[in-house]
Amino acid sequence: MQTDLINEARRQSEICNACRYCEGYCSVFPALHSQRSFSDGDLTQFANLCHNCRGCYYACQYTAPHEFDLNLPKALAEVRRDSWETLAWPGPFARAFQSHGGAIALFSIVCFAVLFWVMRSVGAADGEGFYAALSHAAMVAIFVPAFLFPLLSLAISLRAYWTLVEGDPVRMSHVVRAIKAVANMKNLASGHGEGCNYEDEDRFSQSRRYAHQAVMYGFLLTFASTSAGTVMHYVFDLPAPYGLFSVPKLLGIPGGILMTLGAIWLIVLKFRADRNLADAKAWNGEIAFVFLLGFVAASGLVLYVLGQTALMPILLALHLGSVLSLFLLTPFSKMAHGFYRLAALVRDAQNTQAG
Amino acid sequence: MTEYDIAVIGGGNAALCAAMTAAEAGARVLILETAPKPYRGGNSRHTRNFRCMHSGPHGPLVEQYSEDEYFQDLLKVTGGKTDENLARLAIRTSEECLPWMMEHGVRFQPSLSGTLSLARTNAFFMGGGKSLVNAYYRTAEGLGVDVLYEAAVTHLELEGDRIAFVEFTHNGQTHRISPKSVVVASGGFQADTDWLTRAWGPAAQNFLIRGTSYNRGIVLADLLKQGVDSVGDADQCHAVAIDGRAPKFDGGIVTRLDCVPFSIVVNKNAERFYDEGEDVWPKRYAIWGRLVAAQPDQVGYAIIESQALDLFMPSVFPPLKADTLEDLADLMDLPADKLKNTVESFNAACGDTSGFHPTELDGVATNGLTPAKTNWARPITAPPFYGYSLRTGVTFTYLGLKVDENAQCQTANGPISNLWAAGETMAGSILGQGYLAGFGMTIGTVFGRIAGREAAAHAN
Repeated sequence: MQTDLINEARRQSEICNACRYCEGYCSVFPALHSQRSFSDGDLTQFANLCHNCRGCYYACQYTAPHEFDLNLPKALAEVRRDSWETLAWPGPFARAFQSHGGAIALFSIVCFAVLFWVMRSVGAADGEGFYAALSHAAMVAIFVPAFLFPLLSLAISLRAYWTLVEGDPVRMSHVVRAIKAVANMKNLASGHGEGCNYEDEDRFSQSRRYAHQAVMYGFLLTFASTSAGTVMHYVFDLPAPYGLFSVPKLLGIPGGILMTLGAIWLIVLKFRADRNLADAKAWNGEIAFVFLLGFVAASGLVLYVLGQTALMPILLALHLGSVLSLFLLTPFSKMAHGFYRLAALVRDAQNTQAG
Repeated sequence: MTEYDIAVIGGGNAALCAAMTAAEAGARVLILETAPKPYRGGNSRHTRNFRCMHSGPHGPLVEQYSEDEYFQDLLKVTGGKTDENLARLAIRTSEECLPWMMEHGVRFQPSLSGTLSLARTNAFFMGGGKSLVNAYYRTAEGLGVDVLYEAAVTHLELEGDRIAFVEFTHNGQTHRISPKSVVVASGGFQADTDWLTRAWGPAAQNFLIRGTSYNRGIVLADLLKQGVDSVGDADQCHAVAIDGRAPKFDGGIVTRLDCVPFSIVVNKNAERFYDEGEDVWPKRYAIWGRLVAAQPDQVGYAIIESQALDLFMPSVFPPLKADTLEDLADLMDLPADKLKNTVESFNAACGDTSGFHPTELDGVATNGLTPAKTNWARPITAPPFYGYSLRTGVTFTYLGLKVDENAQCQTANGPISNLWAAGETMAGSILGQGYLAGFGMTIGTVFGRIAGREAAAHAN
């Protein structure tokens, strides 16, 4: 962990703890106010609880030019990114992506190339639909490891996080509370439910909350779609392609649309927002990540529309390449935030239930 | 420059309430705020709650808080130095203000941790006073109110019974406008150290100002010079003891120190000077500003031991810390022998401490010590020892413009036909001395709305 970032967050948190005006905004402040001094683990926990809604910044009487120079959203964003980089496994590989959009783009291009190469050299036996371009066996051979490796990596990192924040054994009630907070993005609502101060200084707006929900629920729907396809393939012996009124399509198409629109909306908002209230260093990594998410969704939709044409093999390679990139980068890109946030919310549920 | 019906001088809560009310009545309003945008809002940006009468559950407030109870609370802190008519008007109107505030963008939250004693009487702003100020500026601008920042009003020309023009500087140029009505809501004069020194004597040089550095009383002085009626004494101000390391201006809430009841407080000669345990801190913090102001160099030092450290709210600066009293004395520049003697005689005067209870008057007192410590008197023996320096922090001054129930200003010849005042600049009409938490915002909101209403009625 970078001690200068942690120490700056500690300095600011101590000022917040003497003020407490922001107590109603989000989960960070009640957690912060329940303690008198802050360990590195405490600050890492606050950082991962903070959703960067910025309500506290605009309400703060101590922001620059005041000599106390508070900017808690920024200080916590920096600790947050630092915590993901530090806890990522395997370490050196991870540090390339959080703050480097170029690295994400480069990695995605490599993934495209891999897919093209595999389609070229392995090709397909006599498959139908997409399997005519790339056999089912080849897809499985690529994506099973690409799915399992990030899970292993995240499991190792979250274990380290749990040790750092001195988490207790997890109970179902903690998880339920955390998932509820995610489901309605409580921490992007500010205490009164009117949203963030994100794209237009101190004006409250639901834009970011709704855009984020679109991406999150869209992603979950597409993930459910793929899972449904897997079950249909293996359990019911119903291989793809599927018609419009099949479970995978009914989940996947709305999911893809939500995810695409949400990603565009998030990018627009990110360009409008004041970069100085977040981790400026991570900005291009975040943009690249949201772009990749949007690309995964949009390429999936295009593939559905143009899947019967001669463009199909190219589109399939691009779509599967972007999915491969997204999966493999999950522990090392902004995608990791979902897992850390959930862990932080579970930890917070433990603290508030105990207290 | 556009012709304005109303000029509002100042940019805090009272000014904004006046501007919004007047704009809603159809007037074209200009706000002249002397501060730059990041510091807009005067002392309102440091506030956190609104004291509100209510006959039943009301917004964030529970139970009830009657007009009489509210007025009795006011009488207690002012020692009867209040204008009952205006005070009751403020109290009665506060109830309807709460929903009005919400309609104009203010959001409330449950009372903050550490402020349970105010949960029934005071409604806390979500995010504090700056978020209230932000919301009001947005609402005002939506209503067509124009705002000029860094617009320093230098003169109001009083001609007969009316203000003929307003002079201000902006972007290095002097402007003169002649609005039909003028509302003054530009606070007290506490940021003008020279004025404070004239009123208080040289001691005032050492005072810290808890709020904005822009309340220099320029408009107040200009009007008083022209014979506008004043109210209150120049040496009356709301002052509390704050951390001696606080910045000269704008330290705000985080510089308060709640450790006094669990400490002994000495002056620079290491002598105690007042009963630190006289009452619970919310009832005593306001007198300590004056107590410290009366000590040499206007400074005090609170000494506590390790077991008292967690009994009070943390403050912004960590305490000085040492393993012996001698070392602590060195850190605080106090005579070490003297401090040791003072602590030893205090310790010797402490009796049975088994009844110690930090949140109520526990009667754990000293015996035969002058001055006595009448509650929470536990010997200071367990190192490490901690120390905080204390200085006088001025919140606002009470000398202001005298107004009637329409917030209208006057001279010896009668009312000024187009001049109203609201907020701290006229709070002396209601608060002769003392202070009640959240009452400043009540006065500002109630009289801001009245001033806006009257100014618009005059202009239309």
